[in-house]
Amino acid sequence: MDTSSGGGHKKGPGVKKGKKLSTRVDLTPMVDLGFLLLTFFVFTTTMSQSTAMNMNEPKDDPNQQMKVKNSGAMTILLGKGNQVYYYYGQLMPETISQDFKSTNFAGIRALILEKKKSTPIDDLMYIIKSDEKSTFKNAIDILDEMTISAVPPGHYAEVDMVDVEKMLISETEKANGIQ
Amino acid sequence: MPKVKIPRKSTSVDMTAMCDVAFLLLTFFILATKQKPPEVLAVKTPTSVSSKVAPDKAILITLTKEGKVFLMLGDDTKKNAIIDDFNTTRNLQLTPAELKKLKNTEFIGLPVNKLKSALNATTEISPTLMDGIPTDSLNNELAFWMRSVSNAYKGEDQRTLQDMILVKGDGEALYPIFKGIKSALKANEIFKFRIVTEGEAVPMGSELYKTAIIEKK
Repeated sequence: MDTSSGGGHKKGPGVKKGKKLSTRVDLTPMVDLGFLLLTFFVFTTTMSQSTAMNMNEPKDDPNQQMKVKNSGAMTILLGKGNQVYYYYGQLMPETISQDFKSTNFAGIRALILEKKKSTPIDDLMYIIKSDEKSTFKNAIDILDEMTISAVPPGHYAEVDMVDVEKMLISETEKANGIQ
Repeated sequence: MPKVKIPRKSTSVDMTAMCDVAFLLLTFFILATKQKPPEVLAVKTPTSVSSKVAPDKAILITLTKEGKVFLMLGDDTKKNAIIDDFNTTRNLQLTPAELKKLKNTEFIGLPVNKLKSALNATTEISPTLMDGIPTDSLNNELAFWMRSVSNAYKGEDQRTLQDMILVKGDGEALYPIFKGIKSALKANEIFKFRIVTEGEAVPMGSELYKTAIIEKK
């Protein structure tokens, strides 16, 4: 681009009239500012779209108690402090201390997948129980884990906790330090 | 050696055009995208891998961090019918002026016994001071609100109603309140509803990821 310089002409020495200063403004910072604001608006408006997660609640029919095979059942309990406890099948009083295990959300995914792979689909059932001190986020995260591991709906259910489990959780919490 | 004089041209570029383009794009984005007004009730929702977009207008049950439940009836829902029905079934005996004021409020967050006095108060009560709708098993008022909602939508395709019901909860809210919300919905035969979450990328290598890849192929 052939731009003529807008620079001032140098007059001879001794002339009282000052140098004619350039009238051209360098617009580069203006362009930078413009793109910065643009990027800000692009990111703050279109990117914040909330998604919706489907929830399917089963009908609470006391006459229709679901029969679950011990071999296919995995009970996942959610406690406070983002702790996750689990056991397979039923809790037997003799082996209770070994059966009741604890983990966290990072570990539960592998366990869910392992159980899913080793069980025929008809027997598979995840029983999810939430403690009073567990958070809404815990409940949503575990349902999300079901979706991530592609567990078909109908093979997991949310149920109330029984006293034995509540006691086990508080014992484990005490043993591991208050979380 | 012949002296070839390369004519020196100025290398400075005129930035005016670039600047115009930048501001045009900026104006477009400001005007075309809707700015979400700052939420009155700040709720930080948990994340999920769901990719379905949450609808804008809906019946929204908000659960705050402190465990308070608020109900927002969107403009496209049968807001007036729902509030009228609630007034008659719960025998609130609200005057037409109070009813009108209630229909104009953005959200409902008070137990029934405080509702009448709050509507007559001259100053607006801020949501942080509101008690929230009770959801405990002894007095699940949310169940009564939901009964009015299902009454208003009686005779219609229940799926439209189910598509409208959204639960937006703060991640740190405790589980028992969420259980109260679920039982309020179950008591009214609403078994399918949606939870508003933040988007989360599907974890790589997981089953869902693999099925998504297979579907794409």
